[in-house]
Amino acid sequence: MSRGLRLAPLALLLLLLAGLVWRLATPVDTTVHSKLEGQAVPAFDLPAALPGRPSLSSPDLATGQPHLVNVFASWCVPCITEVRVLQQLKARGAAIEGIAVRDRRDDLADFLARNGDPYDRIGSDAQSRVQIALGSSGVPESFVVDGKGIIRYQHVGPIEAADVPMILAKLEQAR
Amino acid sequence: MIAETGLAALWLAAGLAALQFVLMVLALRTEVDVGRAIRSIAVVQGALTLLAFAMLLLVFSRSDMSVALVFANSHSAKPFIYKVAGAWGNHEGSMLLWVTILSAAGACLGLLSRRTGERTLVAALGAQAALALGFYAFLLIASNPFARLNPAPPDGQGLNPLLQDPGLAFHPPTLYLGYVGLSVAFSLAVGALLTGQVDARLARAMRPWVLGAWIFLTLGITAGSYWAYYELGWGGYWFWDPVENASLMPWLAATALLHSINVLAARGALKAWTMMLAVIAFSMSMVGTFLVRSGVLTSVHAFAIDPERGTFLLGLLAIYVGAAFTLFALRGASLKEGTPFELVSRESGLVINNLLLSVVLGIVFLGTLYPLFVEALSGEKLSVGAPYFNAVAGPLALVLAVLVGIGPLLAWRRERRPVLKRLTVPALLGVAALLMTIILAPGIGILPRLGLTVAAFLASASIVPLIGRNPLRAPIATWGMVVAHFGIAIALAGMAANAAFSSERLAVVKPGETLNVGPWLVQLQGVMPAAGKNWTAIEGELRATRGQGPLTLKPQTHYYSNPPTETNEAAIDTFWNGQLYTVIGKPDTSGGWQLRLWWKPFVTLIWLGGALIALGGALALLGRIWLRRRGHGAGWRKELYA
Repeated sequence: MSRGLRLAPLALLLLLLAGLVWRLATPVDTTVHSKLEGQAVPAFDLPAALPGRPSLSSPDLATGQPHLVNVFASWCVPCITEVRVLQQLKARGAAIEGIAVRDRRDDLADFLARNGDPYDRIGSDAQSRVQIALGSSGVPESFVVDGKGIIRYQHVGPIEAADVPMILAKLEQAR
Repeated sequence: MIAETGLAALWLAAGLAALQFVLMVLALRTEVDVGRAIRSIAVVQGALTLLAFAMLLLVFSRSDMSVALVFANSHSAKPFIYKVAGAWGNHEGSMLLWVTILSAAGACLGLLSRRTGERTLVAALGAQAALALGFYAFLLIASNPFARLNPAPPDGQGLNPLLQDPGLAFHPPTLYLGYVGLSVAFSLAVGALLTGQVDARLARAMRPWVLGAWIFLTLGITAGSYWAYYELGWGGYWFWDPVENASLMPWLAATALLHSINVLAARGALKAWTMMLAVIAFSMSMVGTFLVRSGVLTSVHAFAIDPERGTFLLGLLAIYVGAAFTLFALRGASLKEGTPFELVSRESGLVINNLLLSVVLGIVFLGTLYPLFVEALSGEKLSVGAPYFNAVAGPLALVLAVLVGIGPLLAWRRERRPVLKRLTVPALLGVAALLMTIILAPGIGILPRLGLTVAAFLASASIVPLIGRNPLRAPIATWGMVVAHFGIAIALAGMAANAAFSSERLAVVKPGETLNVGPWLVQLQGVMPAAGKNWTAIEGELRATRGQGPLTLKPQTHYYSNPPTETNEAAIDTFWNGQLYTVIGKPDTSGGWQLRLWWKPFVTLIWLGGALIALGGALALLGRIWLRRRGHGAGWRKELYA
């Protein structure tokens, strides 16, 4: 048996060990990165969710300033805690637009009166069409959109108090 | 006190293992005769680990919540059998089971081995002790199963309800017996490489161990496959999941070893190759354990994802496999191959068998680890699944199955007789099966069609070695081979029939509505609540008819409170020609229920085949031991391979 052949198992083992050591050293990144990041917001035009308040359409997002678009609903329990965090963001200068999914006018007014209202504009997405176009699989979800209407970041699940600096940084980057 | 006794036994056993290893080094360096001492130490070491494991079973069966492991994995409301099974249904307990089998196997080797040369046996027992030592260190340093909690909590945190199943009581211990049983072949190979005594005698000493481990591996894989089939409610029997592959890889290596060892035992050939396989088989067991225990590969079997433990196990793997491979590289050159053989002979048949099995092993190995290497090199994430394995390993497995029918008919050294003539009937049966599938089922895929063809050929070809002689006078080992090869045909037929003829229905049904699946009409009668000792459930009642009287099936969804989990309990009705498999899912808002129905013709043949393969192995083992006890001389071996 030739020397090369006898050393082959050892070489294969070293290769395997190198791969496994690398895997142990770099744990699997299970974060799902949105495919929409870097793409333009899909064109939409939603009616106002509340009477007397402005409606929301995609051109409203391409105003030269970054926006935080929040997909939410009055029937969504995590949204109650999130909307309070959104008010902190607003207090620190974030422009926040809302998309109310499958909501009723009175319920929404109640929700905002009870929990606070950080939104500049709220569009009513009665059939979840815009939610689906945005690739959002549930409520709440949020999108950082830059001044040209390009999605820079998708946040799945509620924005929590600990996320505030990160969201502000994302908005700053999108400027 | 019970837990402390277990821990003390473990420490003592670890000390004895260290002593055993030192004695081995001493014996190899000097001429001191340590044979008797090292055998006794191995036996005591095995007894101590058995004691430690018994203590673990005791604390689990008494629900002693002051032991951290019991608290984390058990609950006083659990049925008794699952309290006991909970002892190995977790990381620490299963590693203790692993070490217990490892040192008990070492004890048996010390107690029973009469055939091996004394020096080789001493070296092998030393190697076995070295293996055990690493795993003792792992248990005592990184995963102590006997750690206490103070104060003791009032009750435990339950056990994964998927694991509350009789399958759990058998599947992991059986698989471990197979995994760890291969350690003896590893140690014997290492011992023989150290002393240079690689010969037919060694092969005959190693063979019963390989056979025994292989039987348990076969049973463990078969049982695990059936468990996944009925418990997970997916209706599949093999998912090419990394952890399943981790059990398949040692099996493939052990199957190759089982065949090559016969060449070494009978003809003194394939020395280096057989030693390599013996090392690889147990290395695959360790790789498998590492993959399962470290969580490096994404798998449905994510038991214990802990990078620190993974690092420890990887260190052990590197030391043991690295040392064995290095030894092989150093000593492999000195191995003199035995008598040469001609192209058409039993030997070359077994060489081809080994090559094909090794290629399949390589394919499974590559497919399992490919995603990891791609991600390491390019950062791209991908997964390798059934399409790759079926397309690449499937055709090779079919070729192998054809050769299984031919190989046993060949004579050692050279074959002069017209062997193919004896295969006329099997070949005709194969062609008949092919024609029948073409006429009766023109629409099925190419692999299932060929699978049925090869199964028909092999089922008949596997019996040919018994034809033309008095079957009652044939050696038991020959019967074992015939039964195992026949089992392959049966399992293959089951897989092919399942792939070709299964029908599936998934629909939302309201009570009173009827679905058809295969030849069955299934009506949802109603949905009721049900309850067990530690679960509540909703239970669907289905009436199934096929020509004759109706049957009732009751699939359930179980809800466990501790931890809160739900599981689907499929209701399966077995007939001679297949299984009706039903699962009830979620309700929808309009009062309908998700129903999932399968008609799987001849699917049970898969596990029947697996059981036959294991039975064949058991017969062969019995034959070897019986013949040895009866003290047959050289004559029996000739008869065995006639």
